[in-house]
Amino acid sequence: MKKMQYRELYCSSPRYWGGLAFLAFIILVGMGAAFFMEHNGHFVTGMSNQIVWGLPHVFAIFLIVAASGALNVASIGSVFGGPMYKPLGRFSGLLSIGLLAGGLVVLLLDLGRPDRLIVAMTTYNFKSIFAWNIILYTGFFTIVGLYLWAMMDRKFAQFKRPIGFAAFFWRLALTTGTGSIFGFLVAREAYDAAIMAPMFIIMSFSYGLAFFIITLMSAYWWADRTIGELRLAKLKNLLGVFVGAVLYFALVYHLTNLYITQHHGVERFILLDGGIYTSMFWIGQVVIGGVIPLFLLYSPAFGHSRLALAVASLMVLLGGFFQVYVIVIGGQAFPMNLFPGKQVLESSFFDGVVAAYTPSLAEALLGIAGVAVAMTLVAIGARMLRVLPESLEDPEEGECV
Amino acid sequence: MSHNNDQPDLRRRDFIGKTVLAAGAASIAPGVMLTVANAGSDAGVSSKVRWGMLIDANKCADGCSACVAACNQENGIDLIERPAGQSDAMWDAQRPQWIHKVKLKDNLTGEITNLPMMCQHCEHPPCVDVCPTGASFKRADGLVMVDRHTCIGCRYCMMACPYKARSFIHQDVAAQRTGTPRGKGCVESCNLCVQRLDAGDQTTACQDACNREGYQAILFGDLKNPDSEIARALKAHNSRQIRADLELNTGVRYSNI
Repeated sequence: MKKMQYRELYCSSPRYWGGLAFLAFIILVGMGAAFFMEHNGHFVTGMSNQIVWGLPHVFAIFLIVAASGALNVASIGSVFGGPMYKPLGRFSGLLSIGLLAGGLVVLLLDLGRPDRLIVAMTTYNFKSIFAWNIILYTGFFTIVGLYLWAMMDRKFAQFKRPIGFAAFFWRLALTTGTGSIFGFLVAREAYDAAIMAPMFIIMSFSYGLAFFIITLMSAYWWADRTIGELRLAKLKNLLGVFVGAVLYFALVYHLTNLYITQHHGVERFILLDGGIYTSMFWIGQVVIGGVIPLFLLYSPAFGHSRLALAVASLMVLLGGFFQVYVIVIGGQAFPMNLFPGKQVLESSFFDGVVAAYTPSLAEALLGIAGVAVAMTLVAIGARMLRVLPESLEDPEEGECV
Repeated sequence: MSHNNDQPDLRRRDFIGKTVLAAGAASIAPGVMLTVANAGSDAGVSSKVRWGMLIDANKCADGCSACVAACNQENGIDLIERPAGQSDAMWDAQRPQWIHKVKLKDNLTGEITNLPMMCQHCEHPPCVDVCPTGASFKRADGLVMVDRHTCIGCRYCMMACPYKARSFIHQDVAAQRTGTPRGKGCVESCNLCVQRLDAGDQTTACQDACNREGYQAILFGDLKNPDSEIARALKAHNSRQIRADLELNTGVRYSNI
């Protein structure tokens, strides 16, 4: 059996440093946007007392969900013993750390008081799923860091499996926590559903793998290395299954709500007459994020097309972003029904009306900077550490045992 | 040893080992310093008292907003300046409102109801459950409040409140009242005029204003004292909680809606 050689990402300097400089520029702009919002207060954003979580939360939740999913490739390799996935484990760990860091930066900088991070880290209310998430996030960094070490250092190879197991369960807990942020909200009709937690887990599988495929393909393109047909086909089929599963969970979620008379209002809003949210659901989440990628992944016409796989992965991410947007913003925009059977004629606090939200440029820049932070960490990590195999050529017949 | 790349030999393993150690310490340290959520001090406040309110919607007048104006003045909300260039719609959506008037029409009967909405001071407040730092807390005497020293401005309480009772401070605050400290980036809501209660008064600004207007739609007092006016009124007349289905046992009750 040929020995798998890992080597740092080594690209001709202008290409690497140019890419890094571009990412740094986006981060710098995002930091400026964050400073602008913190300095003035949130009045310069589109957020209000009606839409309390805006575009930065969409980015943050999207990245955090994708982060835990990106670790799946490593889990399949070392927990479930998939030999084709094993060489990809290191990069999968690095990507998940990068994505989580990017998401958390956005979440932190959107706080009303980001300067009080130390309060959040030292004062806990254990009934709050948010407090648990803070512990889950920090723990994720530690466990995945150790996991990476165990994967990379031969001396610690015996810990690879147990740590891999720990990381796998931790990531399930983490996404359960993220989904439960919404699942545990009794107040709003679009949330308050136990299916939120498993739905977020399956969303993470899908977004995480899409991120993985795109970053892997670009890293290998960047470094002029080759990825074999077989390995990409495996990833591609897996992505197809996940995309289908996300659609299935969305279907169950909406069917359940459609059965409950009390939730007809919010379903009508998301599925029929919610304007931008309805478009985002059908065009963004279902068509761009589901139907087209499934076609690209499974149609024989694109059987060996790497471009189709890359486009499908990008569309999964785009559709996923819309999905999180509809959940986070759409769920808040629909009015809470405080007075069943009554219509609100007048209110100075927007009771009974759909809340308006137009994200500001600063919010978008902060969110995009979060993605750039994730990509920068991955680029630097892959340059400094031996996470990427020299070659991902398909193994010879009978080699994968 | 020859290098075929441009990277210096950094004794990588050492470096990574130390980095991981430091990161581990940074993530474990908070756990070491864990403090149980501060559920509010009992000193000076007794759980023998539970402050609450009874609002008679029949007496609440259409078009009157005396309670709102009084609350704004008592709690320094009227001192908050509108940021330059902010549109009317955004100002309405972003300025804090501790109490606001709602006018309702019954879908079937067409009956019109007016009532003020504010923090309902739940016995089991969802905002307190979800607050990561314990800044949202319930005092022994039933007041639901925000500790603005530990509020990090995450706004999860605003997501969780079934009554939309909370406001986020979206801008700089120049002038404020000593009894109601306020800061940009924190969440706040009605605290039943806690500064008055702690000074020995037993009325709220909204109640006083409503009485001054002659409507007497708001009755405030101790729910646990069977001889208090509010306890007697609640016993004698039918009243309800808003969103009673959530079983939060609100301290603010409504009659005639």
